[in-house]
Parts: sequence; structure tokens; C-alpha cells
Amino acid sequence: MARFAYWLKLAALLGVAVTFAAIPLRQATADAKLPGLENRKGDKCVEDVDIIRRNHPDLLKHHRIETLRHGIRTTKYSLKGCVECHASAKTGSVASAKDDFCVTCHAYAGVQLDCWDCHASKPKTKPVQATEQQASPTMNPVQTGGANQ
Amino acid sequence: MTTSHKPDRRDFLKTGAVVAGAAIAPGILFYGIAQGRAPEEGASSLVRWGMLIDTSKCANGCSACVNACNHENGLSGKTGPQDSQWIRKLNIKHLQTGIEHNLPMLCQHCANPPCVDVCPTGASMKRADGIVLVDRHICIGCRYCMMACPYKARSFVHEPLSDQNPDVPRGKGCVEACTFCVQRVDRDEQPACVEACNADGHQAMLFGDLRNPESAIAKAMKAYASVEVRGDLGLNTGVRYQGI
Ligand code: HEC
Ligand code: HEC
Ligand code: HEC
Repeated sequence: MARFAYWLKLAALLGVAVTFAAIPLRQATADAKLPGLENRKGDKCVEDVDIIRRNHPDLLKHHRIETLRHGIRTTKYSLKGCVECHASAKTGSVASAKDDFCVTCHAYAGVQLDCWDCHASKPKTKPVQATEQQASPTMNPVQTGGANQ
Repeated sequence: MTTSHKPDRRDFLKTGAVVAGAAIAPGILFYGIAQGRAPEEGASSLVRWGMLIDTSKCANGCSACVNACNHENGLSGKTGPQDSQWIRKLNIKHLQTGIEHNLPMLCQHCANPPCVDVCPTGASMKRADGIVLVDRHICIGCRYCMMACPYKARSFVHEPLSDQNPDVPRGKGCVEACTFCVQRVDRDEQPACVEACNADGHQAMLFGDLRNPESAIAKAMKAYASVEVRGDLGLNTGVRYQGI
């Protein structure tokens, strides 16, 4: 019986130790001064920093389901929003160089994303106009829609 | 009453027999678009998006709808067997009379979509407002849906893509198709093809809410004969045609 209590205590102690050890581990990415994290617009993220650091995968996944499957178009947790605020001044992107915002941490933490296979890693900007002309040489630009109705 | 799940089908068959090609009366508004909805409000089943295409107004040689679709959604515009085409113009000819029709063919946004039935992952889905989509986050690229679709409306992305429109993510390994330009519809705009057709003065495409009796499309469908392509399949398509 005493033996059992001993093991129980040991297990409890170990549990506590693991929990404490885990906290510094989880904050390791945050504490490490990684290049690229300064790419941000404004002075606040969509959540407090410690929340967005930890929960952004879940927030993004939730928002993706809400938007795509249910047609909810709020912008708070939109991936497009992240890209708009966090694109690098140098590359214009969140994911085209190794110290771009969404790469730097992930490389450090060993996370690989496939998001940018489909999602633009650069915010929407003027270049759209340039492609417009070549894309539809034979028709009126789409924007004039309704003008000659 | 029969047990058919499509109460309006009988009417369609009846009206389908009426002489085709009736022009839309001048009084009918083309730009009637549904009431706006707040961003946090999801798609609602009180709405069903649909499209009415008047083939008699669809001009020979015009590709405004196709170009606009390609531009909006970032498609290359190539038409090879491995290239994505979300809308194609078909030319059909009646063998006996020789009459020809242009038929823009796109995802028909069926109420009973076979693509959704066969999808093993739940990626093929129908939104509450009737828009049929591929959730490409869970599409595994098996292409069952492409085989199930009687309209050949879906494409598979074979090569890596770059420089996508931020509003329209697309990528290799997934099936894709016309979304009715869901990104535009959700901000109360018309699909790109419809806008371009109107801008070119053809007005062959009418988009709107089939469930709202006040909408231009519901009024037009009540007034003029329209048919579903392959109506015999009982899919209750959201895209209907006039003049064929
Ligand atoms: C195979 C293509 C593909 C990949 C890969 C992909 N997405 Fe998407 N995603 C889409 C499509 C298509 C939409 C629907 C866009 C719309 O309707 O506006 C979408 C929408 C979203 C949305 C909602 C719209 C927005 O901008 O907020 C979020 C969030 C999202 N995806 C997150 C992700 C994340 C995170 C990843 C990576 C883990 C990812 N996606 C990978 C295709 C993809
Ligand atoms: C309005 C602009 C804006 C948007 C939108 C935005 N962020 Fe931020 N983000 C910031 C700012 C500013 C900071 C720095 C906040 C601080 O230090 O208090 C930040 C910080 C972060 C951090 C912590 C970086 C660090 O130093 O550890 C992460 C992670 C992050 N954002 C991810 C995201 C994700 C994911 C999204 C999309 C869901 C997003 N952000 C959307 C502006 C934005
Ligand atoms: C402060 C560091 C940091 C930054 C900056 C950061 N991430 Fe992350 N991200 C992480 C960590 C750590 C994980 C792994 C979390 C886990 O596995 O629990 C992760 C995981 C993810 C995942 C889930 C991946 C998967 O395979 O499940 C997505 C999606 C993601 N991040 C998106 C983004 C996007 C988009 C940005 C840029 C706006 C970004 N992250 C910026 C640290 C960061």
C-alpha cells in the first residue's frame, strides 16, 4: 500500500514538473527573437499576442469553416487579414522568404503549411489592373459593368 | 400527387413545350439583386441563388462571360483537356432544322447534386443558399465528382499555380468549378459572367434569388418558358435556360 502511495506521489510530482516544463517550451517560439516578426501593421493584432501566438491555427480553421461552408464573411480571423497586416515590406509577402512573417516561426517550430499553394501570400494591390488588360483584350473592362446597360 | 421531390417539375415540362425564344419584356429589371446581408449572417436557406440564361440573346462569337470568369477567378483561359474551365460556350445545332444555339455551360448548382452524393470526404457541398462548392481544404482530388457530374462542369488542377486572386484561392490537386462567384455574391454583387454579359449589352444572363417572388429572375421564370438541361435526371438545377 505504501508503495502505491509512493508511486502516486511521484506521478503527481512528475505531472507538475511536466506542466511547468511545458510552459517555457510553448513560449520558446515567442521568446526567441526571430527575424521577420516585426512585419506588422497597426499596433494591435486581432487578439492579444499570447492568444494569437498559441491559438491562431484553431482560429483560422474555425474561420475557414464558417466562411467557406456557412458563408459568414466576417474579417476578424480572415487569412486575407493576416496577410494584409503581416506582409513583409521587403518581399511584399507573408511567405516568400525565410524571414517572412508566416515562415520564420514555422521554420523554427518545424511547421509546414500548404495554405500558400492556393491562398495569395501577398495582399491585394494594384497589379490587378495590369493583368486585367491582357486577360480580356476583346471585352469591356469588367469594372464598367452596367455603364452601358 | 406523386411523390416526386420536385414539385415544380411538372410545370417546367409543361411550359417547356411553349414556343421558345420569347424576349424578356422591357419592364423586367435585370439588376434586381437580393437584399444585402450582414457579414456575420451566414448563407440562408430562405434564398436560393439561380441563373436564367436566354440562349437567343447569347451572341455568336462573343466570349465576354468566359473572359470575365477567367479574369475574376484567375483561370488561364486555355481550353486543353487539363485546363480549368468554369464556364464554356457550347454550340448546339438541331440536326433537322439546322437552328443553332449558344449555350453557356457552367456548374448548374443542382438542388440534388450528384457531385455531393459521391464525394467521399464531404468536400463537395451545397451551401444553404444552394451554391454548390468544393471545400478544397478537405478535397483529396479523387475526382469522383467530375465523373458524377452530367454537365462536365468540374475541372481538376493538375499543375502548381501562382499569383492567385486573394479572393479566389485555387491550387494543385483539387477539383474546382463555378462558384457563382461566391466571393462577389456574398458582397451583393453579380457573378462576373453576368456583369460582363450585361456590360456588353447582350443581357442573356439573369442572376438572382429563385425563392424571392419579387426578384427579376423569379418573375422572368414565371412569365417565360425555361428548361433544365437534362431535366430528366431530376437534379432541380439552379441554372435554367430559355430558348432551347
Ligand atoms: C487547395 C486550395 C486551398 C488550400 C491548400 C487552402 N485553402 Fe483556404 N480556402 C480555399 C478556398 C477555395 C477558400 C474559399 C474562398 C472564398 O470563398 O472566399 C478558402 C477559404 C479559406 C478561409 C476563409 C477566407 C479567408 O480569407 O479568411 C480561411 C480562413 C482559410 N481558407 C484558411 C486556410 C488555411 C489556414 C490554409 C492552410 C492550412 C488553407 N486555407 C489552405 C482554398 C484553399
Ligand atoms: C490589423 C492588423 C493585423 C491583423 C489583421 C493581424 N495581425 Fe497579427 N499582429 C499585428 C500586430 C500589430 C502585432 C504585434 C502586437 C503586439 O506586439 O502587441 C501582431 C502580432 C501577431 C503575432 C505574434 C507575433 C510575435 O511577435 O510573437 C502572431 C502570431 C500574429 N500576429 C498572427 C496573426 C494571424 C494568424 C492573423 C490572421 C488571423 C493576424 N495576425 C492578423 C497586426 C495584425
Ligand atoms: C510566433 C510564431 C508564429 C507566427 C508568427 C506564425 N505562426 Fe503559425 N504556428 C506557430 C506554431 C508554433 C505552430 C504549431 C502549433 C501546434 O502545432 O500546436 C503554428 C501552426 C500554424 C498552423 C497549423 C499548421 C498545421 O499543420 O496544423 C497554421 C494554419 C498557421 N500556423 C498559420 C499561420 C499564419 C497564416 C501565419 C502568418 C500570418 C502564422 N501562422 C504565423 C507559430 C507561429
